[in-house]
Amino acid sequence: MSKQTVYFDYAATAPMRPEALAAMTSELAVVGNASSLHASGRRARRVVEESRESIASVLNVKPRDVVFTSGGTEADNLAIKGIYSMRRLVNPSLRRILTSPIEHHAVLDPVESLGETRKAEVRYLSADNVGRVDLDWLKTELERGSEVISLVAVMWANNEVGTIQRVAEISELCAGFKIPFHCDAVQAVGQLPVDASLVDSLALSGHKVGGPIGVGALVLRPGVNPIPLLHGGGQERDIRSGTLDTPAIAGLAAAIVAANGDMAERTTRVRKLRDDLVKRVMATITDVKRNGDPDDSLPGIANLSFEGCEGDALLLLLDAAGIECSRGSACTAGVPQPSHVLLAMGLDPQTARSSLRFSLGMNSTQADVDRLIEVLPDIVARARRAGTPRA
Amino acid sequence: MKVVAALSGGVDSAVAAARAVDAGHEVVGVHLALSRSPAANRVGSRGCCTIEDSHDARRVADVLGIPFYIWDLSELFETEVIDDFVSEYALGRTPNPCLRCNEKIKFTAVLDRSVAMGFDAVCTGHYARIVDGPDGRELHRAVDPEKDQSYVLAVLKEEQLSRAMFPLGDTHKVDIRAEAAARGLLVADKPDSHDICFVPDGNTAGWLHNRLGDAPGDIIDATTGELVGQHEGAYAFTVGQRRGVGLGRPAADGARRYVVGVDTSTSTVMVGPPTLLHVDQISGERARWCGRALIEPTQALVQVRAHGEAVPARIEVNGNEVTALLDESLRGVAAGQAMVIYDATRVIGSSTISRATRR
Repeated sequence: MSKQTVYFDYAATAPMRPEALAAMTSELAVVGNASSLHASGRRARRVVEESRESIASVLNVKPRDVVFTSGGTEADNLAIKGIYSMRRLVNPSLRRILTSPIEHHAVLDPVESLGETRKAEVRYLSADNVGRVDLDWLKTELERGSEVISLVAVMWANNEVGTIQRVAEISELCAGFKIPFHCDAVQAVGQLPVDASLVDSLALSGHKVGGPIGVGALVLRPGVNPIPLLHGGGQERDIRSGTLDTPAIAGLAAAIVAANGDMAERTTRVRKLRDDLVKRVMATITDVKRNGDPDDSLPGIANLSFEGCEGDALLLLLDAAGIECSRGSACTAGVPQPSHVLLAMGLDPQTARSSLRFSLGMNSTQADVDRLIEVLPDIVARARRAGTPRA
Repeated sequence: MKVVAALSGGVDSAVAAARAVDAGHEVVGVHLALSRSPAANRVGSRGCCTIEDSHDARRVADVLGIPFYIWDLSELFETEVIDDFVSEYALGRTPNPCLRCNEKIKFTAVLDRSVAMGFDAVCTGHYARIVDGPDGRELHRAVDPEKDQSYVLAVLKEEQLSRAMFPLGDTHKVDIRAEAAARGLLVADKPDSHDICFVPDGNTAGWLHNRLGDAPGDIIDATTGELVGQHEGAYAFTVGQRRGVGLGRPAADGARRYVVGVDTSTSTVMVGPPTLLHVDQISGERARWCGRALIEPTQALVQVRAHGEAVPARIEVNGNEVTALLDESLRGVAAGQAMVIYDATRVIGSSTISRATRR
């Protein structure tokens, strides 16, 4: 068997779409600062504004609502810290932040940081065993604390297990109490129709959509004006200073437009492959558990626990066989920790450690799934023999 | 062979892995995360498993063109090595955690895991030689006497040795550094590790005090029976120790006082002149043999501390117990240390010292 790489880590980063690569490289070849007043500057600015318009159109918002950032992490930080600061400037008693325990660290960590350094009072909503936020809980929290709540942050779809949140309902609830709702849609954009006009603030990232790494955007409802994290030249309506990265922005827009164009066909195909993968893994290997909502989830994500072994042993052996996937969890000090998402869904730490995330996408094929099914039983058997090296 | 190369982020393990690659093995680099709360950076020769070390290990793997992973063995290290270290000290003994780590972590947990996953051997940067002898694999001293680490590997049994690779045993350290530089490994001039890796500031007594708390008691002059001072925990003292005993005044004869006995059950530390430290009969328990066990009384060499000299002795074995009758007396032998038995350069076996006396 030839050792060809099978890439099952789209949720970590997806390969660049050809449209994005073309748009980006042609921009890299020309000079121009989008803030300059001369012809080269105007040319670059035109590319930025056309990109902004196409992204806005896909997301059902106005172009002026789109603020370009260096990526999803910056967009989440800008929204959470910036909205919290602005709200407290107006009313110092708005100290409470409601968020979910299954958020990405780009949301959890700024929230925690505000708790540690800026007197924020953090409340975590509960999530059920498929990773969906409890709306009754949210409603109760909103009713009880609307006069002290600064913002609500809940993601559109989870990056580890793929579960999709009830964004429209959350939005309606928050709107009822006039509390800003920030939504991390980094994993959702390009995978399902995202109507950014539903929320007050929405973060997206280029490289999860088939665009370049290092670019993203924050979509802000008019009137939501976060205090900037980066001060400087006053670009992006003074909300995000820094020279505009025209090539990356062009690549981002091209990727989002292309992903929107083939979304129905692509996600149907990817979902079918993913379902086939899950079905065949469960059929060939014993004691496998699927994590997340099997029905209402992102099309490409399969999060599976393999009882009795360590995810890192599986990952090493799969890597050696040319199959690339992920533990689906963050590293602390370079050491993989049991996923906070799986723990919040009620998994015990050992089961959480035995989990792998396979994430499929645009270029995934039936042959990729076949290859995985061919090697995985032996790999799981070996990893189970290696056991769980713990006390 | 398929080989797991343990990469600490230091120069020795880097060159060991490089040599394993050169020998044609299929090598995977693994950094062992042993600390539950790793520090960001190394400070000189102190500390271990810092983020900086794991970064250095990763860069070594990049240069060698081998895959790289981090294995989290911190929980096991805590229970098997650190907890044992603390409980041994609490009993008034002086354990060697490096031996324990080699026995329980590197050549049991890591080796077993590697074998189960389909690897054939574990390669480390230890300075020791594995030689194919007439009766199987033998463990020998490294050619560099300054760096020889056969003492801390003497707990390995033959089946562990048969799956271990120590590619550095035939080379002097100075040449390893030169080789690392020639290979373009950035760790070529990184300082050697010293002291106990999980006691980052080198202050073992303070570290133990944090774990074991106050256990004050008397310091008694072993010659006169006189009370000469107080201490905060007998566990922090080691037989043979002179510094840090903290006696306010010298002995009547003006001679230096050494720790000559530690009894944690009564929280008593005995001090006395160096003559009281001389022993010529050492008893050990938990005998482990690198190959065939000794049965008949045998004349051999014994080494009782990591950087001590091996001295001639007659070895008698009774089950798991080993007694060494030294040809000449030794000074300052601490219970809990390993007594390693050598035949010339070859490690025959080891045991944990339980008692050292004068015949």
